[in-house]
Amino acid sequence: MIVKQLSVFLENKTGRLNDVADILGKNGINMTAFSVADNSDFGILRVIVSDPEKALTVLKENKFAVSLTDVICLHTPNTPGSLSSILHILQRENVYIEYMYAFAEGEGANVIIRPDKMETGIEALKNNKIELIAANDLYRF
Amino acid sequence: MSREEMRKLQGIRLKRVVERVYHNCEPYRKRMQEAGVSPDDIRSIDDIVKLPFTSKQDLRDYYPFGLLSSPMSEIVRVHASSGTTGKPIIVGLTRNDLAVWKEAGARCLTAYGLGKNDIVQVSYGYGLFTGGLGAHAAVENIGGTVIPMSSGNTQKQIMMMHDLGVKALAATPSYALYLAEAIANSEYPREEFQLKVGIFGAEPWTEGMRRDIEGKLGIKAYDIYGLTEVMGPGVGFECECQNGTHLNEDHFFPEVINSETGEPVAPGEQGELVFSTLTKEGMPLLRFRTRDLTHLIYEKCECGRTLVRMDKILGRCDDMLIIRGVNVYPSQIESVICTMEEVEPHFFITVDRVNNIDTFEIQVEVKEGYYSDEMGKMIALKKKVAHEIQCVVGLQPDIKLVEPRFLQRSEGKAKRVLDKRVFKND
Repeated sequence: MIVKQLSVFLENKTGRLNDVADILGKNGINMTAFSVADNSDFGILRVIVSDPEKALTVLKENKFAVSLTDVICLHTPNTPGSLSSILHILQRENVYIEYMYAFAEGEGANVIIRPDKMETGIEALKNNKIELIAANDLYRF
Repeated sequence: MSREEMRKLQGIRLKRVVERVYHNCEPYRKRMQEAGVSPDDIRSIDDIVKLPFTSKQDLRDYYPFGLLSSPMSEIVRVHASSGTTGKPIIVGLTRNDLAVWKEAGARCLTAYGLGKNDIVQVSYGYGLFTGGLGAHAAVENIGGTVIPMSSGNTQKQIMMMHDLGVKALAATPSYALYLAEAIANSEYPREEFQLKVGIFGAEPWTEGMRRDIEGKLGIKAYDIYGLTEVMGPGVGFECECQNGTHLNEDHFFPEVINSETGEPVAPGEQGELVFSTLTKEGMPLLRFRTRDLTHLIYEKCECGRTLVRMDKILGRCDDMLIIRGVNVYPSQIESVICTMEEVEPHFFITVDRVNNIDTFEIQVEVKEGYYSDEMGKMIALKKKVAHEIQCVVGLQPDIKLVEPRFLQRSEGKAKRVLDKRVFKND
């Protein structure tokens, strides 16, 4: 149930994000979802890709500060209140969310969450019949 | 005083100070023995070239009290300046040293036209830094009224300056410029200020900055020169001619040498400034190498003073930076960075002056394995590096985290500093 997310440290300067996208593209690696957290001098790109291990290797070869981070991805109906019910579940178990991002399409939405307590988070979501997406399925999106 | 009389006095005092250090300070005695020179060899000021040099490194090696030439029972005050790495340089002053210092300071203030009827606001930092207490004692010595503001709290500085009718301001020139702009934006009209004189030092400044400050504050801005190791503010001063800094050479004897060979340069030629203290008791220094580059002017000044003048400091022959009046050595930064496991031992310092305040930015590379994809952790790391550096340097840098291998590596001496400020006289 654990998904490998690629985390890339990026300096805040023109073209840096495109450098990553370009390298991934040339190596035939697809991006399924991503988000960028930033402050005034640097940003952190978090991205779900089709082949995390390969992406890690090629970015390292290109001198990027890059690592793999465990996250979970869940599927939820694209309806009012559905995110709230998921957050309630995690809150009850005292699972803290380091960060999250989501992408919705049509009837459903996929939410990627980085919880502080991975096992507890997965357990709680499963017990509440929340649909978790397996890593291999997600990479194929 | 004629040059001949001055040299005679300097010779007598030099002999006395050499005897003092030879008999009371072991490192100096050893150094002199190694150089094959004894106090008997010093018969006039010309014999000073026989004496070995003292460097900032020596002051660090004998930290904290190894270079004292007086017993601790005679030391009444210490000051400190930043060393080249972790430890500061400590100087010890006797009661008589303080008397000489405030006398030297009084000469400066008198040259600026100040006297017992004048109120002087001292906005140099008070503490280990010599600026605050040095200027303070000088004002009291001429019988003026001192307002011991210390640095910071600009709004209160302006209020006091306005309400109390301050005639002179002692501060770093960059702080003076900052104050000038704060005054322009304040509720107080400039014509209500009594300010006429600026007593500015502790950092290099240009003729352009002088014109700027004089214009904005409507004052005469004078240089005051000093360095902690030698004494603090009062080693030299500008007179009304503003044409070179007169040195109190009866107490602080200047030489200019070729910084590579150590040989004296021809009179008037540029080189490294070297000071010997002629009257100090606590920690006299013989031929202390300042690493400041300048040249000396022996012609009599139009003001009538015969004291030798030095030109503006034209640069440094080492890599010391003066940022907001604080001495900063890249080696200090290195000593911090190298002990932190989260960052690579590479860094790049950028110094600039924005709105008259020095900016101090250091780029560091985070070590692989310490990158986090959580913003909070990265910001905490930035703060940690800034704090560790502040503990050593005394100044908080703006830390910029950069990608690994972003910073230049080189086999020899890597370029680690970019100083965008312009100090050349324009």
